[in-house]
Amino acid sequence: MRANNGESGGAVKEEVPLAIDVHNLTKRFGKNTVVNRINLVVPQGKVYGFLGPNGSGKTTTIRMICGLLTPDEGEGTCLGYDLRKESENIRKNVGYMTQRFSFWEDLTIRENLNFAGKIFGIKESRKRIQYALQKLGLERRADQLAGSLSGGWKQRLALAACTLHEPKLLLLDEPTAGVDPKARREFWDEIHQLASQRITVLVSTHYMDEAERCHAIVYIANGNILSQGTVDDVISQSGLSTWVVGGKDLVSLKEELIKNPAVMTAAVFGESLHVSGVVAEELEAAIEPYKDRKDLSWSREETSLEDAFIYYNTLIKDYKKG
Amino acid sequence: MWKGRFSFGRTGAIMQKEFTQLRRERSTFAMIVLLPIIQLLLFGYAVDMNPKYLPTYILSRDQSVFSRSFVAGLKNSLYFDIRGDVHSDEEGEELLRKGQAQFIVTIPEYFERDLVGGKRPSVLVQVDGTDPVASSGPAAAMNGILESVLRHDLKGPLENLSTVKPAVELIQHRMYNPEGLTRFNIVPGLLGIVLTMTGVMMVALALTRERERGTMENLLAMPARPLEVMIGKIVPYILIGYIQSTIVVTAAWFLFSVPVLGSLWLLGGVLGIFITCNMAMGYALATISRTQMQAMQGTVLIALPSLMLSGFIFPFSGMPVWAQTIGRIIPMTYFNRIVRGVMLKGNGIEEIWPETWPLLIFLLVATIIAIKCYRKTID
Repeated sequence: MRANNGESGGAVKEEVPLAIDVHNLTKRFGKNTVVNRINLVVPQGKVYGFLGPNGSGKTTTIRMICGLLTPDEGEGTCLGYDLRKESENIRKNVGYMTQRFSFWEDLTIRENLNFAGKIFGIKESRKRIQYALQKLGLERRADQLAGSLSGGWKQRLALAACTLHEPKLLLLDEPTAGVDPKARREFWDEIHQLASQRITVLVSTHYMDEAERCHAIVYIANGNILSQGTVDDVISQSGLSTWVVGGKDLVSLKEELIKNPAVMTAAVFGESLHVSGVVAEELEAAIEPYKDRKDLSWSREETSLEDAFIYYNTLIKDYKKG
Repeated sequence: MWKGRFSFGRTGAIMQKEFTQLRRERSTFAMIVLLPIIQLLLFGYAVDMNPKYLPTYILSRDQSVFSRSFVAGLKNSLYFDIRGDVHSDEEGEELLRKGQAQFIVTIPEYFERDLVGGKRPSVLVQVDGTDPVASSGPAAAMNGILESVLRHDLKGPLENLSTVKPAVELIQHRMYNPEGLTRFNIVPGLLGIVLTMTGVMMVALALTRERERGTMENLLAMPARPLEVMIGKIVPYILIGYIQSTIVVTAAWFLFSVPVLGSLWLLGGVLGIFITCNMAMGYALATISRTQMQAMQGTVLIALPSLMLSGFIFPFSGMPVWAQTIGRIIPMTYFNRIVRGVMLKGNGIEEIWPETWPLLIFLLVATIIAIKCYRKTID
């Protein structure tokens, strides 16, 4: 299931330099293994989506890659620098945006940018800060406290601040959590803009539409990578086939169907119910008794990314129980 | 509130929740338990307002029976620890200035002859007055000791010598603080307390605040070295420490006429060392506390022994050995002595050096610990 045969595998053959190349990365906190022998290969200039439920090890992995945490096991390089020995070089060339707004709320926007500029030792930082402010459209509010900005603006400020030193790799930890759709879209336009300048992006998210905007996605649960590749790869790797049912009283239908072991996931989406199973024949046998009901309309459809993710989630739960 | 009935169930649930939270908040729990215990111990055992075994040197110009029995009487009173003899006034004064002697007792020439001849010879007692609490009790006791020694020794025909007037006149000479003003002692000590309390707390808060607000992660991910972060965080507070010191010293001068007899530059240098010591302590404290609240509590735990065991409130020599041992690892103890020396005695670098090098060692150790701990928090 740990598939490197997707896009990344092909990229290696073409000798595209790798922004991230880590193997067997492991981190334990006490007895808990938070990240378990992860292999992650991200070629330069790509946008990789990092998905998985809360507490699955996304943040810990990102922190290990940017040198904030030392891995307990495993080795690798980030931008060609050794993860263990050259963390200072990594820090200088990586932009890391934390999950929670981590710039100083009691500093003004300009002061925050100035601080980042100074810490990263940016030449002509004044010019670049001015440019960043212009691009942000925050010129007039530059002397406002960062704490007074709304969530969306804070995210944009954080992105501006962590790209100020022109990093080659951006690590974004749930950058759009709690941000409205318009701001999210603009944020992603910005990310693709950066990717077009050969900047590599690894971004963790819970949003399916964001995952679909990535060149490739990596799905992690309980510290294990369950699947990676393009969106289509990840869906096909799940091996799910999906039926969509329209009709009335879908909730009780869902309750009935889910009891059947052939049905891996069932979820109501507004007026329709998505039913997925790994073995197509068994799934069809399972829904056979309901197919003739006149109040229901059945159609076979493509498995969505979300169906696949929910399936991966149930897998890991079963694995835990077993 | 008046409408609904009081619910024991709800109240009990809240209480239980509070207890659960308290149990998990270890430092609060430790504070609640440890603070009263520490205070009890300090006040109950460590603090003796009637100190004994104060370092005393004898300058005896008259080797006679009377002078020997007077010295023996001093020793027997337990107030005085007779450390030895000095052979000149200068030697005695130097010991006083360095704080190695609390008392210098000078027995004049022809003491016995004058005593027997009824000429009422005088014994000079020079007292280090910078710490009035430490010296006043034993100084007062000295008269009594002399009297009883004489009563014992003046027998037979000499008996009437001590009846009318005291046969020996005891002249006490309070050095450095002639009026025995407690505030002379308090002001330099206060300087230490203010610097310790605020210095440790401010630095600790500044660092834990970063962690609480999540900005620490950002700072750590940036290419700044631990030592850079440390120095960058500390220097502004060192400046604040100097401002505080200026305020205290100036106010002491204007309000209480507490002099600065020694060099201001020397005082400034010592202040720098002491302030930095506190910063390093605050920094180390911050690395082990997760919240600002814990940092505050930790500050109290550091400040309390500094207050009690440094010789600020209670005389150092009045403390039992174990308390003195703890006192010796507190920077405030040394700072207190140095500042008393420089401000009130006009000490120079040579005299304060014995108290200065422990401060420097403390500074070094605290800095190493702080950096080591800080490195650990990254993981």
